Amino acid sequence: MFDDFFIRALVAGIGIAFVTGPLGCFVVWRRLSYFGDTLAHSALLGVTIAYSLEFNIAVSIFLVSSIIALILIQLQKKTNLPSDALLGLLAHSSLAVGLVVIGFLTFIRFDIMGLLFGDILAVNKKDLITIWVGGALILLVLRLIWKPLFASTVNYELAQAEGLYPDRAKAIFTILLAAIIAISIKLVGVLLITGMLIIPTAMARNLSDNPQKMVVFSVIGGLLSVFIGLFSSLEFNTPSGPSIIAAALILFILSLLKIKQTIQLKN
Amino acid sequence: MSSENNILVKLNNVGFQQNTKWLVKGVSLQVEKGKIVTLIGPNGSGKSTTAKIALGLFKNIEGEVEKYTNNIGYVPQKISIDWTLPLRVKDFMLLTENLRDATVDEALSMTGVSHLKDKNLGNLSGGEFQRVLLARAISKKPELLVLDEPVQGVDFTGEIALYELIKKISEKLNCGILLISHDLHTVMSATDHVVCLNGHVCCSGTPIAVAKNNEYKALFGEQAAQTLSIYEHKHDHVHSSDGEIKKN
Repeated sequence: MFDDFFIRALVAGIGIAFVTGPLGCFVVWRRLSYFGDTLAHSALLGVTIAYSLEFNIAVSIFLVSSIIALILIQLQKKTNLPSDALLGLLAHSSLAVGLVVIGFLTFIRFDIMGLLFGDILAVNKKDLITIWVGGALILLVLRLIWKPLFASTVNYELAQAEGLYPDRAKAIFTILLAAIIAISIKLVGVLLITGMLIIPTAMARNLSDNPQKMVVFSVIGGLLSVFIGLFSSLEFNTPSGPSIIAAALILFILSLLKIKQTIQLKN
Repeated sequence: MSSENNILVKLNNVGFQQNTKWLVKGVSLQVEKGKIVTLIGPNGSGKSTTAKIALGLFKNIEGEVEKYTNNIGYVPQKISIDWTLPLRVKDFMLLTENLRDATVDEALSMTGVSHLKDKNLGNLSGGEFQRVLLARAISKKPELLVLDEPVQGVDFTGEIALYELIKKISEKLNCGILLISHDLHTVMSATDHVVCLNGHVCCSGTPIAVAKNNEYKALFGEQAAQTLSIYEHKHDHVHSSDGEIKKN
């Protein structure tokens, strides 16, 4: 069954959508979209390290993204630069260093477009195991830190005062973010992974009046995006990442109609 | 039981410094079970900072905090719910603790906002929001309640009713309360001990004693001390926030 490349891509996409849904909600709630972008950009550096040291790609991306996240936290403490400037600094310098290193790796055939935008042909059986086992682990850990993470998203001091540990939850969440980027890079690509986290969630926000509903709609939106995106990628021979994200965008636009309706009903 | 065992939190000569400026310094106070301690003082006098020190929210403080409970309910002075997060009152009630539905209903009806349970937090008025904040803090039946200006934005009769409720809660749950208020009058009847702050402890004692204290008068003006008596009248009915009038 998994011998067909399209089935593999589809199964991978479904696994990814289940994880990006809930994680994406926190990315939007905590205003971390640019942070997610920075981690994703640094993923390219992770890929090149993996190739040059003949190391597992997902593990390498995960480690590099986590290190970048730690560096960011240190820079935020030690410099007076605003967070968005630091994020830009890390995102673009790690992307640049990654691309420079690729330039040196002339002995390896590199599909740079595939890395940046995802490749439907690139997903192999081993990747499926990484995505589903890794994804299940991410969701399990997220379930465990849900209470403190959610409470501190609403109000940090309240969560800390009432005995939850918001700092710990935040650190773990950052690692989960690095992990989802690591396992979904092949299908969605470096440049578009944040879109997968944010756009279905933005759609879900338009349709929900409570957090649980928003998570569920976010997963459904992600799944639909994967289905529509991959089928059109197959049909029109477009790269998989952009196709998925474009599908998500269409869903988001449709969800705006619902907002318009609600506003009209209120008036 | 000796009073030693009743102490929930004790601040020993604490201070907190931010960007080389001391926000508060040399504050000592303690909150005991079933007692209400009120912090008053002008803007920027370090009331919120002192409460946050008691809650353990700052890392580099001077002095020491002895805390004897972890079951704490907190109403922060400011809380803003981001538009991106859809949150109903009933979701908010479960923020830090998983409570039974009946417990949630009980707390909401105590502060007079049961009818708002399914409403979105973003659609509440300032006063309604404060009542929900208070309901959430008391719903988990805490041993220590820290209330930072819990009645801001609440109308005047509601303000007095809420202070009476706070007093009732402290008796019913036998919990200690650290209350922050911007004026002494309305909290008069609901407090056991008053600490007047102005970067340091200005004066402290029973409400009457503090009101008569010269340092208090210097801080708030002679008038503040004189208007006290007006508010000692008794109300024979209460107006709940959905418009109903209940006899006491």
